[in-house]
Amino acid sequence: MAAFLMTVYVLWLRELKRFLREKTRILTMFGQPLLYLLVMGQGLRATFRIDIEGFDYLSFIYPGVIGMSVLFTAMFSSVSIIWDREFGFLKEVLVAPVPRSAIAVGKALGGSTTAVLQGTILLILAPVAGLHIHAAQIALLLPLMFLLAFAITSFGTLVAARTETMEGFHMIMNFLIMPLFMLSGAFFPVSSAPAWMQPLMKMDPVAYGVDAFRNVLYTGAGTAAKNFAVAFPLGLDVAVLLGFAALMVALGMLAFTRTE
Amino acid sequence: MMIDVQGLTKRFKDYVAVREISFTVGKGEVFGFLGPNGAGKSTTIKMLATLLRPSAGTARVNGYDIVREPAKVRRSIGMVFQDPSLDDRLTARENLEMHGMLYAVPKPVLKKRIEEMLELVGLANRQNELVRTFSGGMKRRLELARGLIHAPGLLFLDEPTLGLDPQTRTHLWEYISGIQESQNVTIFLTTHYMEEAEICHRIAIIDHGSLVALDTPENLKRMVGQDLVMIKCQDPVTAKRLLESEFNLTARSEGGVLIVDVPHGEEFVPKLAAGIPGIAAISVDRPTLEDVFLHLTGRAIRDETAGGIDHMRAMRRAKGRKS
Repeated sequence: MAAFLMTVYVLWLRELKRFLREKTRILTMFGQPLLYLLVMGQGLRATFRIDIEGFDYLSFIYPGVIGMSVLFTAMFSSVSIIWDREFGFLKEVLVAPVPRSAIAVGKALGGSTTAVLQGTILLILAPVAGLHIHAAQIALLLPLMFLLAFAITSFGTLVAARTETMEGFHMIMNFLIMPLFMLSGAFFPVSSAPAWMQPLMKMDPVAYGVDAFRNVLYTGAGTAAKNFAVAFPLGLDVAVLLGFAALMVALGMLAFTRTE
Repeated sequence: MMIDVQGLTKRFKDYVAVREISFTVGKGEVFGFLGPNGAGKSTTIKMLATLLRPSAGTARVNGYDIVREPAKVRRSIGMVFQDPSLDDRLTARENLEMHGMLYAVPKPVLKKRIEEMLELVGLANRQNELVRTFSGGMKRRLELARGLIHAPGLLFLDEPTLGLDPQTRTHLWEYISGIQESQNVTIFLTTHYMEEAEICHRIAIIDHGSLVALDTPENLKRMVGQDLVMIKCQDPVTAKRLLESEFNLTARSEGGVLIVDVPHGEEFVPKLAAGIPGIAAISVDRPTLEDVFLHLTGRAIRDETAGGIDHMRAMRRAKGRKS
């Protein structure tokens, strides 16, 4: 047990140290959401007219952009396993006298921490989206971001554990991350999607993360805004994310315990 | 006994990577695994280091069974992989610290060990620099230091000099010899550079997954033939006669140079110089391990075509050069 916790701690510490040292990565990870918010949000604002006082398309996609940032950072962190296992530090962990299942947990915690840090930076953009958030909302958002990040990193870790090549990595990028992102309801509400798409959106764990952010961020925006944008109750969002995260991290732990 | 391998086999689907090999390695020995790429060297190391599960056979490392007691095996060994496994965004010291934490080395001991090992590989003054700024040789030395942090009884070196330039390679072997002497550690190494295997006490030659020979470098070379001693002298006819009468050796003459086959060429040289007058020059040509491999397999050590991992490695090298 001590070895398990120490391994989790070492992996987490490593992830955090690396993240804080890579200033350019933080910057690019910040730049992409900013582009979505400013260019896409501003550009589509006139087309997607929402008849709610003090609420526009920018306010609508802002939680989605945070979700996107968390999704990309978390996935980026977990796919690095593919590389790391062949040419990196992970090999060193695999040959150490520690339980390998700890890799899945350490990686998920490390990736989640960096994703939350990344997401937190985006909170300063709330005024750009016409949303005024206060401390109580931030206190709620941080654990929700962490929960979404943990679920996604665990999922990514599980996929990466079973992927052996960099070609596989590109497959993940195209066939997992983009659909997860597009079906998350970041850019259009679940309720206005065509009937065939709605079940798919309801299967996307990221949708529950984005929806949880909306639940919290729109508390000051009135019931009309909430009715329009929010798809599920907060309790359901949290329950789905918790269940998904628990299942993924358990499967991830199993995947690493296997020896060929 | 540090390693005891009995009938170890590894199959990947239809392909047999390692075929029923058996050998033992004693405590304090430097044991070399020599063979071409793809011969099964790395697969054997991976099985002994509990990274791969054998398909058949048994092996004990430091007295522990590699399948039933993997944690104890892992605690007994240090590992230097074929490809670097350092985190190059961390400093040299941080890499060693994290290693120590994973091996549960107590804090005060760890601090002392890190100082000692950094000193041993000559990196003490670079310890707080990011590993990505290090040269290939420095990274290897850091990995040697890391493999020794938890004071293992056995150190695995998988192609430790692969990808390094000849000068750095020679330099690295000096460090490895130094480590073996000062740390009293058993070393199990693989290489496909014949001349580097010379430092081993014993060498196992592996080809297509099977052991084809196992002996000291001296004895292996003796299998191929004797040393050739070439003698240049003023009076070849007299010299040839003297060689026959004094040393009972039949010399052949090639372009005015006399050649004799003797078992220990170097020991023979002083006797020769004392016994035959008018010698201008003597040279000794000893069989190399390259000759041994050729003798055993009928082929020179060859390079296999690059597989998936080799391809990724090449990509990494290309990437490393750019940054």
